[in-house]
Amino acid sequence: MYHALLFFHVLSAFFLVSGVVMYSAFALGSPLDRATRLVAEILWGVGALGTLALGIWLALNRPEYEIWDGWIIAALVLWIAAMGSGARASRGMRPTADGSPVAVDRRTMFAHWMRVVYVVALLFVMVWKPGA
Amino acid sequence: MSALAVIRPHDWDIPLFIHILGAMILVGALTLSAVSLIAAWRTNSGSLTRVGFMSLFYGAIPGWIVMRGGAQWIAHKEGLDNDNIDFTWLNIGFTVSDMGFVLLIVATVIGGLMVRRIRRDGSPSPITTRIATGLVSLMLVGYLVAVWAMTTKPV
Repeated sequence: MYHALLFFHVLSAFFLVSGVVMYSAFALGSPLDRATRLVAEILWGVGALGTLALGIWLALNRPEYEIWDGWIIAALVLWIAAMGSGARASRGMRPTADGSPVAVDRRTMFAHWMRVVYVVALLFVMVWKPGA
Repeated sequence: MSALAVIRPHDWDIPLFIHILGAMILVGALTLSAVSLIAAWRTNSGSLTRVGFMSLFYGAIPGWIVMRGGAQWIAHKEGLDNDNIDFTWLNIGFTVSDMGFVLLIVATVIGGLMVRRIRRDGSPSPITTRIATGLVSLMLVGYLVAVWAMTTKPV
């Protein structure tokens, strides 16, 4: 049970980062068509839900972890911050009719790179587990 | 191994973080490449083919280097880098990563040739786009197996 939960939790994290990598390509001027953005959005959404739900399940499943441990609370705060920035960035990157690159405004760009920072920090907290 | 993960010394954290971050960048770049190449296959788009190649060159290759460097570092820290060690999960990880690198180089070279053809003729070759899509998809399946092996650690 633990290994299955851990595998799908980590797989969700890979989906999440894959979504971030795709959005980074859009922010850097990659063509933004409907299909590729849809895939990026699905990866981001499935990854976000999977990391949260399976992460909480893992914390409840393991006797050595508690949901109110400092590092788990920090991870939840970073997850919420990443979702906020991600939602703002996704709204600002809409596909064009001909799938050409879009001009991304500064606020959207800032929101996107903050999402990258939050996700990397989230990974660091997951590995380091401060206080565990 | 589960208990080991819990009591892992903190001086293993940095190499492990680098290893996982590199792996995530690698898989993310491969995903972007696969999606772009599949879309290019469907639409014969030169710009999407270029994205498929550039994500391999600027994302997957650096990601692989960081992932593999981190793997060697953490294996050294854990004492898993000597010849007497024979764990299935470790063998799967090293085999997938090393064979994946060969496929990555082949796919990148094919991608580079496609981009050169786009510059010359204005459109990509459908056959090379399909070959590159197949190679990138194969790598993604391989790395899915590697993620499973790294997390479940079959002995």
